[in-house]
Amino acid sequence: MTATEAAPNGAALHVGRSLKRKEDPRLITGRARYVDDMSLPGLLHAAIVRSPEAHARIVSIDASAALARDDVEMVLTGEDMADLQSPLPCAWVPPGTEVANPPHWPLARGVVNHVGDAVALVVGTDRYAVVDAAEDVLVEYETLPAIVDPKAALAEGAPLVHGDLGSNKAYEFSLGGGDVEAGLAEADVVVQREIVNHRISGAPIEPRGVIADYRAGSLTIHSSTQVPHFLRLFLSLMLGMSEERIRAVAPEVGGGFGAKLQIYGEEALLAYASRRLQRPIKWIETRSEHMQVSHHGRDQIATCRMGARSDGTITAFHVQITADLGAYLMLLTPVIPVLGAFVMGGCYAIPNVRTDITGVFTNKMATDAIRGAGRPEATHMVEVMIDQLASELGMSPPAIRRKNFIPKESFPAEVATGVIYDSGDYHGSLDKLMGKLDVEAFKREQAELRERGIYRGIGLSTYTEICGLAPSRIVGPSGLGLQTGLWESAMVRVHISGAVTVYSGASPHGQGLDTSFAQIVADRLGVDPEVIEVIHGDTGTGPQGLGTYGSRSLSVGGEAIARATAKVAEKAKAIVAHELEAAAQDIEVSGDRFSVKGSPDRGMSLAEVAGAAYIPENLPEGMEPGLEETTFYDPENFVFPFGAHAAIVDVDAATGKVTVARYIAIDDCGPAVNPMIIDGQIHGGITHAIGQALYERVHYDDDGQLVTGTFVDYSLPSAAEVPMFETDRTETPSPSNSLGVKGVGEAGTIGASAAVTNAVIDAIRPLGVTFMNMPLTPVRVWEAIEEAKGGVPA
Amino acid sequence: MIPVDFDYAVAESVEDAIRLLGAGGEDAKLLAGGHSLIPLMKLRVAVPTMLVDLRNVQGLSGLQRDNGSWRIGAMTVHSELEHHPDLGLMGRAAGTIADPQVRHCGTIGGSLVHGDPASDLPAVLLAAGGSVTAQGSGGRRTIEAADLFKDYMTTSVAPDEVVTAVHVPALDGWGYGYQKFNRRAEDWAMVAVCALVSARDGVCEDARVGLTHMASTPLRATAVEDALRGQPLDAGSIAKAAEHAAQDTDPPGDLNATPAYKRHLARVLCQRALTEAAGLS
Repeated sequence: MTATEAAPNGAALHVGRSLKRKEDPRLITGRARYVDDMSLPGLLHAAIVRSPEAHARIVSIDASAALARDDVEMVLTGEDMADLQSPLPCAWVPPGTEVANPPHWPLARGVVNHVGDAVALVVGTDRYAVVDAAEDVLVEYETLPAIVDPKAALAEGAPLVHGDLGSNKAYEFSLGGGDVEAGLAEADVVVQREIVNHRISGAPIEPRGVIADYRAGSLTIHSSTQVPHFLRLFLSLMLGMSEERIRAVAPEVGGGFGAKLQIYGEEALLAYASRRLQRPIKWIETRSEHMQVSHHGRDQIATCRMGARSDGTITAFHVQITADLGAYLMLLTPVIPVLGAFVMGGCYAIPNVRTDITGVFTNKMATDAIRGAGRPEATHMVEVMIDQLASELGMSPPAIRRKNFIPKESFPAEVATGVIYDSGDYHGSLDKLMGKLDVEAFKREQAELRERGIYRGIGLSTYTEICGLAPSRIVGPSGLGLQTGLWESAMVRVHISGAVTVYSGASPHGQGLDTSFAQIVADRLGVDPEVIEVIHGDTGTGPQGLGTYGSRSLSVGGEAIARATAKVAEKAKAIVAHELEAAAQDIEVSGDRFSVKGSPDRGMSLAEVAGAAYIPENLPEGMEPGLEETTFYDPENFVFPFGAHAAIVDVDAATGKVTVARYIAIDDCGPAVNPMIIDGQIHGGITHAIGQALYERVHYDDDGQLVTGTFVDYSLPSAAEVPMFETDRTETPSPSNSLGVKGVGEAGTIGASAAVTNAVIDAIRPLGVTFMNMPLTPVRVWEAIEEAKGGVPA
Repeated sequence: MIPVDFDYAVAESVEDAIRLLGAGGEDAKLLAGGHSLIPLMKLRVAVPTMLVDLRNVQGLSGLQRDNGSWRIGAMTVHSELEHHPDLGLMGRAAGTIADPQVRHCGTIGGSLVHGDPASDLPAVLLAAGGSVTAQGSGGRRTIEAADLFKDYMTTSVAPDEVVTAVHVPALDGWGYGYQKFNRRAEDWAMVAVCALVSARDGVCEDARVGLTHMASTPLRATAVEDALRGQPLDAGSIAKAAEHAAQDTDPPGDLNATPAYKRHLARVLCQRALTEAAGLS
């Protein structure tokens, strides 16, 4: 697809075209304004004293040397903040289950529970000075035993992260349907594997940053966040301020990947300190801090059992997850594995599926949502297991998938986990994928490479995911029992000039939604996307919103915009009908005008309609002046994007190094609004998952010290490590929204780690390796090969 | 970047730099390309009290062929080595350093004096039998590569000396190979092996093999060299010789590699580098 691609039906529609991104000129010329680009008169700076210990009692804090400096205004410790009204929030917990949730204060009170835990805040007049002064704050610690391994944490006598809880177990929760034990008993073959989804970081290019400015009884907080409205709400609770006295702004945000779907201690700290000092204060996260204290993702160890009859029919899938939650429950920490449990049956008609989750505290940073949030883990489990099963049954990976796919005639399809998949065509996407694989060429190249000691393999992943967070009736208090659903708002304002301003409650941070949203509005109002400005990420403008995460912003936020725009169009048509003495139902948007059907020369431009609306000389009887509408949209159902991916990898058997030679992705996120943006999201998503499969790992040593604290040790792949991606789409509309869209921000990440892992296992199966867990680093692959040979690495 | 406070001076000549280093005391450091030092200062691992910047010193950059040897100014950046048509092994190794941005700023002198055993150029200098010219208040001296690398990030260049030039024998007619193993293109070498081979009538006359990141300093794989010298330069004798690549090494383990794996890599890469150097790949 190219940026000049014509609209599919030849008309001048904008939806469906690869328009260049409206936001890119400011981004690529350095004109965007991030938190760190901002300053305010009298701005102070903050640095944070952090624990070097994984687990310790704070014996004393001596800030006198720091306070003696001329350039230091204040040092705060946990004890100084006793008047904070509540700890940091955990907003969603698994329903109907008891969850241990120890208080999590922005500054530690008495005990630190992970490396990087905040101990003191230093505020001063100069950014350099506060970093120096933070080193002058002397903290005496009494080391406590640290627990790092989540399985060991559950053992009798293990050191306790939170002594007063009496256990490291935070909760247990099960989700599923059917009878997995009966289903496994019915099976001719049962495969059991321990599947590890190791811990990773979000690692956006812009670390976090906060400017808090409290003055005259009101707080303005700029934060690099995905959820400004949540930030306002929770700050009001923590600070004991009325919500309307707080304005939270997410300015340009340089990526989030879930790491900014959080209410962080630094946000509360800066707001609190600004109120105390009555001065604006800035804090900018360093990369080292990001690796330590911006929440991590994944870290699930799962015992998976999948059973099938000898013809390949899967009878049951049971998963027991040990979820490493880290030291505290943050915004969504305990529900992340639950999100995965919803789609634990994958694309398959498996009658018996159950996920049992045990959430465990350890002396590490909290885990929470990172791109995919539970669903990459689940997909990895299903898709690796189905290949393991295929191998056991002597079936090919495509054959076992086709045997078990939910057929497209069955949608909407209620699956064993209780959710209703909206639409899908799994055979269609796999067929399209297989059509792009030249199996004969693959075999020929495989044989040629083998002569040079290179083992080529191929791996599939056919995934579905659950997006469109979240229909209140399904997940809310009277549904599944979560605290709330997650609707979205939109306001569309037509100016008298005919220009349009769209306010969204979503909070995009790099996804290109300014463009996608403008395309949706443009077609419905007969205007160019260029005259549509999209405003988001500011609680001081537009209605209440809920932010950007979980691939929700098009299917929920975009649908809200489509509905608000439809209301505007309806009013515009009434005005045009009145002006032209036609029937409102005969007015349509055609090109750049609202015109009478069949008489395209009789019509009005949006600017003319707006003129009539704002200078109300001749409006229909009873019609209010003005041309703007607001919508709150609560989805009826989730949406379920899906797709089929294939990775072809080369393994150097002598070194264990894996190279991704080819990657083909067929994705279905419903009708494309902007194919180029979809491709971009898929490219980034796959790269993220290749990172997890082959390169990235957040690693703590046995004492709880973070080993991967910089980008030297935390190996993000670069362009040099990934192939040219081959992407294509199928388009199966969702019946859940009028756009038919499903979301695409996480799809690549959810689909790709299993494809890569299956490909590596396929490659080295001739060497005797039948299963491996990520990360598939050279040393681990080499050791697996050596072990299979029976040799002990010298 | 928020380093600890430091003083900064721009030297106008080598003599000026030596004087500024002397005046700056024991924690004064030279700043060349800055691509090793500044990241360490950012992390507050390195805390120099004074930086003496060499950027304005004339005559420290560029390459000249001189009596069978290359004279490379200490401030010559990696990309210049990389793109030089006749430099051979040194240029090949320089082209694998980090990424293009780093190669356009990092310098050969800075890299060698930093003494990082995971860096590409030290083992190449060692294998090629090169040397550096160091100038201090007491005058000028030549330090042979074999005497340069003392320990982990420690060289025999004195704190008040400035390395002005690097000398690398041209080794005309020698074949060379460079095999670097890392996880990502931009990473330091997990292990790297450089090989130089001279042959006559299919027999190896001489061989030089350097090992990167197999100990706290770069190493010569003399056992490999001895095993290959005088042997027919074919796949069989290369494979046999490469078996000795990990002899007398002491590779540090880390998250990405055990010492056993690194010794294995040294043997595999040595065989590949020698094969390349022999023109057999």
